[in-house]
Amino acid sequence: MSHTQTTPGKHHFAHHFKDAHHEFDSCKVGMWLFLLQEVLFFAPLFVAYSLFRSTHPEAFLEASHLLNWKLGAFNTAVLISSSFTMALGVNAAQRGLHRKTVKYLALTILFSIIFLIVKYFEYTHKIHAGLLPAGMFSHPVQHDKTPIFFSIYFMMTGLHGIHVLIGIGLIFWIMMRAKNEEFGPEYFTPVELVGLYWHFVDLVWIYLFPLLYLIR
Amino acid sequence: MYSDTTADQEEKNNYLNHSKGIKSWLTSLDHKRIGVMYLFSILIFFLVGGIFALIVRTELWGPTKTFIDANTYNQAFTYHGTIMTFMVILPLIPSAIGNIILPMQLGAKDVAFPRLNLISYYVYMSGALLAVVTLFVGRVDTGWTFYTPYSIRTGGATILVLAGAFLMGFAAILTALNFIVTVHKLRAPGLTWSKLPLFIWCLYATNIIQMLATPVIALTLMLLTFERLMGIGIFDATLGGDPVLFQHFFWFYSHPAVYIMILPAMGIINEVIPVFSRKTIFGYGGMAVAVFGIALVSFVVWGHHMFTSGQSETANFIFSLITMFVAVPTGIKMFGWIATMYQGSIRLDTPMLYALSFLFVFLVGGLTGVFLATLPLNVHLTDTYFVVAHFHYTMVGGAIMAFLAGLHYWYPKFVGKMYLEIPARIGCVLTFVGFNVTFLPQFVMGIRGLPRRYYDYPPEFTQLNQVSTVGSFLIAFGLLWTFLFLIISAYKGPKAPRNPWGANTLEWQTSSPPYHENFETQPIVTKGPYDYHS
Ligand SMILES: [Cu+2]
Repeated sequence: MSHTQTTPGKHHFAHHFKDAHHEFDSCKVGMWLFLLQEVLFFAPLFVAYSLFRSTHPEAFLEASHLLNWKLGAFNTAVLISSSFTMALGVNAAQRGLHRKTVKYLALTILFSIIFLIVKYFEYTHKIHAGLLPAGMFSHPVQHDKTPIFFSIYFMMTGLHGIHVLIGIGLIFWIMMRAKNEEFGPEYFTPVELVGLYWHFVDLVWIYLFPLLYLIR
Repeated sequence: MYSDTTADQEEKNNYLNHSKGIKSWLTSLDHKRIGVMYLFSILIFFLVGGIFALIVRTELWGPTKTFIDANTYNQAFTYHGTIMTFMVILPLIPSAIGNIILPMQLGAKDVAFPRLNLISYYVYMSGALLAVVTLFVGRVDTGWTFYTPYSIRTGGATILVLAGAFLMGFAAILTALNFIVTVHKLRAPGLTWSKLPLFIWCLYATNIIQMLATPVIALTLMLLTFERLMGIGIFDATLGGDPVLFQHFFWFYSHPAVYIMILPAMGIINEVIPVFSRKTIFGYGGMAVAVFGIALVSFVVWGHHMFTSGQSETANFIFSLITMFVAVPTGIKMFGWIATMYQGSIRLDTPMLYALSFLFVFLVGGLTGVFLATLPLNVHLTDTYFVVAHFHYTMVGGAIMAFLAGLHYWYPKFVGKMYLEIPARIGCVLTFVGFNVTFLPQFVMGIRGLPRRYYDYPPEFTQLNQVSTVGSFLIAFGLLWTFLFLIISAYKGPKAPRNPWGANTLEWQTSSPPYHENFETQPIVTKGPYDYHS
């Protein structure tokens, strides 16, 4: 809408807000609500996991041993690092340090790409070994519910992977805007929101890693 | 009070003629225009869903084949159910009327995120079209519930409908998020939480349910899609999964979804009854709390849809018990409305007639809901026409009657003209009579054991079925009549004043139709929404 008003600073806020701070606050509430619904979006998979694990613990034990926990642990470290650089990026944006913002956001993208590459090798290995969702499962196993674990594994990590991909797109977008020197103490809403989203994506992985890889 | 010049200005600068051309509508970020676009789109889908209802009812005129074969019949009731729930009743009041009224009742210029609002509309439309297009590329016959394992195996373009429902769910989530932030952040000065109109309270509770329940169905439908694409087996017993888990997920959403349909309806009734009784609403606080009571309980009763699915006796008992608790806050609302009318000076304009129809049909729907919550009765009545009649009394009787009440109530605001009173009242009576003629016989058929969804039935049910079919055509006639005269009123109706009903909420303080940015100056609230005597 063309009806924008000017504040003393650079940023134009939408016409129905009192001031830039009012707009920032509203956007932040919106983002937290979005993340709340994300929790419920993942919830059924966690319920399915709990259900099948509690009824068939032996199958889940067997299946978990078929995953490579070292790769999982490596990826956990990668994602935690990316969360750290993201936080540094948000901080730099708030202080109007454009080049630092770009640098930290680029690092965050780098980490998330490393994460996806590792995930790619994990997936191809599983596919070659026939460790696939139940309908296509062809690996010799002892328990007949073990394939269900892999259905849940692929759904959970796949859904998480899609979130990582979307995150990379979003971070790239704010990186370009940071390059244009659009952010500063007056206005850094998009960086803040993408940051929240990214921490959420990391947090999901922090739950997935022990639940899937570390059943002993 | 209006000089010629203000009238001129209102004429020039309202939201309808602020800018011209189809493109200015399709790209508008104005919440009122987006609401109008929702309204028209949803009403078109309502027509389509209604045609399928008439196809079903016509086929049921006699036992065995009347004019279509059994497969086509299965598809017809699937499309009727899917279109009416996902495309019509769920978004009808929140996305269409709510979009227009909510920011105005708050004294805001727009919703918090206007661009997101427009995006939600297009996400909704693409979902709806994806589902409707299956009519031409391989029809769906799962029923609107998509129960596994049938929905995994049956042919047709089920995946497209699933994707469509997923998108419409996403649109609902975004709209809900938008409204919640709007209520929190954009209230006019002086509009404290305890002065919020009850319509806003009801929408707010609805939005919370939309935000927390819809993601669950979205993921469930996604899993079902993967179930069909690559056999993930989570819902498929032949692969080691659990089909009943699908039912749990489905009803975890779909029971609260019933309240996504009915709470906004209650919100409209909350506005209409005090205005047309000229009395403050009885027990404002209790009425607001009751809404949240209903919303809260709605999350923990889903198992009452599964008494015969093989879930444990203990679960059955607990779900039955909690379900009965829903009657408590619902009862509070019913008594609150009746107490509001008591000794009021009641005007029987069309919105009030619809509100009274709502009270009647919703009472029947609510009480039969308690019957169904009772375990032993439920086992007898499960999957019979009794259930069909019950949920039509709540969802169609409740939501559609309230929608029509709201549509007539706010019509002067939306259009700037008064609707024609006498034809509107006739339309209301036709619809109300048609509705009861259609669904009362279904209670009887259900108690006598006639199962729902069947193509054929024993000949002794012929008469009752025919009464029901006649009723359904009467509803269709009543609705067509009503909408025909609403269209005529837009041209022939007398010019509407700002506040034709003498209501207190903020949307009536601006011109009819409202300005592009709703108000000339930021309104300031000093008295309660139903405070008629101070
Ligand atoms: Cu229910």
